[in-house]
Amino acid sequence: MADQPKIAMRCEGLQRYLGQDEGRVHVLKGVTFEAHAGHVYAIVGPSGCGKSTLLYLLGLLDQPDAGKIWINGQLMSNSLDAVRTAARGEHIGFVFQFHFLMLEFTCIENVMMPMKKLGRLTPLQMVERATRLLDSVGLGDKVHRLGTHLSGGEQQRVAVARAMANQPTIILADEPTGNLDVKNASLVFDLLTSLAKDNGQAVVLVTHNPDIAHRCDFTRPMRDGVFV
Amino acid sequence: MSQNFRIALRFLTAKKRAMLMSLSCIILGVGLFIVTQAATTGFQEFFIKTILGTNGAILIQDKVQATMRSIASGGYNSGYEIRQKEGQKYIEGIDYPEILTGGVKAFRNVSGVSAVLRETVTIHSSFREQTGQAYGILLADHLRVSSLGSQIVAGSIEDFRVQQAGALVGRVIADKLQLDPGDTFEIVDKNDVHHYRVSAIYQTGVNDIDSVRVYLKMDDARALFKKPTGATYLQVSLIERDRAREDAAEMTNSLGYRADAWQDREKSWLGVFKAFRVATAITVSVFTLIAGLAMFNTLAMIVLEKTKEIAILRSMGYTREDISTIFLWQAAIVLAIGTLVGCALGGIITYAVSQYPMPITGIFTSHKFLVQWSKWHYIEAVIISVLTVMVASLMPSRRAARLEPGDIIRGTAQ
Ligand SMILES: Nc1ncnc2c1ncn2[C@@H]1O[C@H](COP(=O)(O)OP(=O)(O)OP(=O)(O)O)[C@@H](O)[C@H]1O
Ligand SMILES: [Mg+2]
Repeated sequence: MADQPKIAMRCEGLQRYLGQDEGRVHVLKGVTFEAHAGHVYAIVGPSGCGKSTLLYLLGLLDQPDAGKIWINGQLMSNSLDAVRTAARGEHIGFVFQFHFLMLEFTCIENVMMPMKKLGRLTPLQMVERATRLLDSVGLGDKVHRLGTHLSGGEQQRVAVARAMANQPTIILADEPTGNLDVKNASLVFDLLTSLAKDNGQAVVLVTHNPDIAHRCDFTRPMRDGVFV
Repeated sequence: MSQNFRIALRFLTAKKRAMLMSLSCIILGVGLFIVTQAATTGFQEFFIKTILGTNGAILIQDKVQATMRSIASGGYNSGYEIRQKEGQKYIEGIDYPEILTGGVKAFRNVSGVSAVLRETVTIHSSFREQTGQAYGILLADHLRVSSLGSQIVAGSIEDFRVQQAGALVGRVIADKLQLDPGDTFEIVDKNDVHHYRVSAIYQTGVNDIDSVRVYLKMDDARALFKKPTGATYLQVSLIERDRAREDAAEMTNSLGYRADAWQDREKSWLGVFKAFRVATAITVSVFTLIAGLAMFNTLAMIVLEKTKEIAILRSMGYTREDISTIFLWQAAIVLAIGTLVGCALGGIITYAVSQYPMPITGIFTSHKFLVQWSKWHYIEAVIISVLTVMVASLMPSRRAARLEPGDIIRGTAQ
């Protein structure tokens, strides 16, 4: 048992309906899944099978219609908004499918934003850590550039750095390499995996790239709202 | 500087133009409120000062005589009686002004008492004749209860003191009769013709006074009216003018004469000033109302435009309170700038207006626009705009806080 890695996140029988009335769709039909610290998981599957929907549930951005989610051993699904919000800040790093940066802020400000909310580091430590993270995603020379003045791929790399800002228990990344060229895709992926290994973080990523999927520790193929 | 404040500032600088409408309305609302309040209270204050400087804070006249009914209902001098006016009868004039003056002077708030003898007369100059009112005064006493000394615009009060049959004539009546200091005029009473000399011309600025009053020395007035004793009324000045009502009530109660405070004597004019002040305040507050609506509109727009950012912030652990705080801060920043600039603008315009030469005639006469400086005009203006704008900002901020990150992301991403 001693060398069994810690369970960073676990979900059981997750179900989710989306839409209203006739447009109501049963998107997730009971997903059970476990992510261990220090491991990288790839969720793969055709477009529209429910990968993003699952990731939003795991990231506590959305509530399941049935099923349970534990983060770090604590039951989070259907808990109070304040509890889920705090857990998002402390335990979860999220990279959105469509690189969501705060465009009127600079790279470093974006990366420091979760740190400032958590408030565990001194301002100087925040700057140091943010600079190091940006350096490691290859943006060391664009630290003070505004989000609006970055390319799509650069924005995505800032988003990756930001997801790792608070050293979360689990990093959830929705196509983190989708907008990147082969070299940068590889760079971002290596960064995610190496940090996860070093810090004992779990990484769950959605990808359409078979090469990337292949390099993950585990692959979970998904179809029609269930793992197959 | 808190993180929410910093985010608010950045959201705001990206939306400067949209906030301009709200900002300019706040500035106008605050600025105009200050100017109009300064002007309306300026005129009111001028009126009050003139009233106090001419008729005094309290006038004591008419002896109170208890009727059988009021004696039965509470007894003479029983406090209760003052309020029950229909149970009383008044006898005009004061029989022994010296004794009554002694009683009035015993009041702590009283700074001076002057006995005045008054009668309506016809005044003849070489030019024409005019009805007016002659006031008999003891100069030393009257200077203590009025601003007559500083209201002289031609001639000198010293002449009035020393000249035989000297008179102080109001600016308006002097103009009508074409009288200048040194000129003589007559007052005809029955068959006697009395001659007087204009020692000085005074101007209170209040038309009703300047167009009728002629001041004579008490002895001259007694001779003219053939009244060797008594007075028409006692004019009383106070140290604290706002206590006039309480003092007057107490005087009526203890002296047996009806005492009227300035607030009650000038009720109708003071009411007009108050109505005017409230009306301008309401009119000017329309700007503040528009500022509130503009703020509501702009914030609602920013919320719509920033849903993506709201979702990102929420995903990073920012709470609902953080989100609403960020939007309230935006309103607060605009408010702070708006009220500050508005106060400065209000102060500058108030100063400019007070310096602008502007002859005013009518119920008063003044050569300048009258303003009153008071920190309360600024405080009230700020309170009104803060309340209006913050209330208007609450709804959009709450709406922003209620947004679910999951819904936003699905709506934007898919
Ligand atoms: N608001 C909605 N109402 C109804 N159905 C929805 C709604 N949002 C998403 N869906 C449906 O839910 C399904 C799952 O969507 P999801 O975004 O999870 O797919 P995905 O696996 O991430 O696809 P992709 O690889 O293209 O990103 C899709 O079929 C989609 O059409
Ligand atoms: Mg997706």
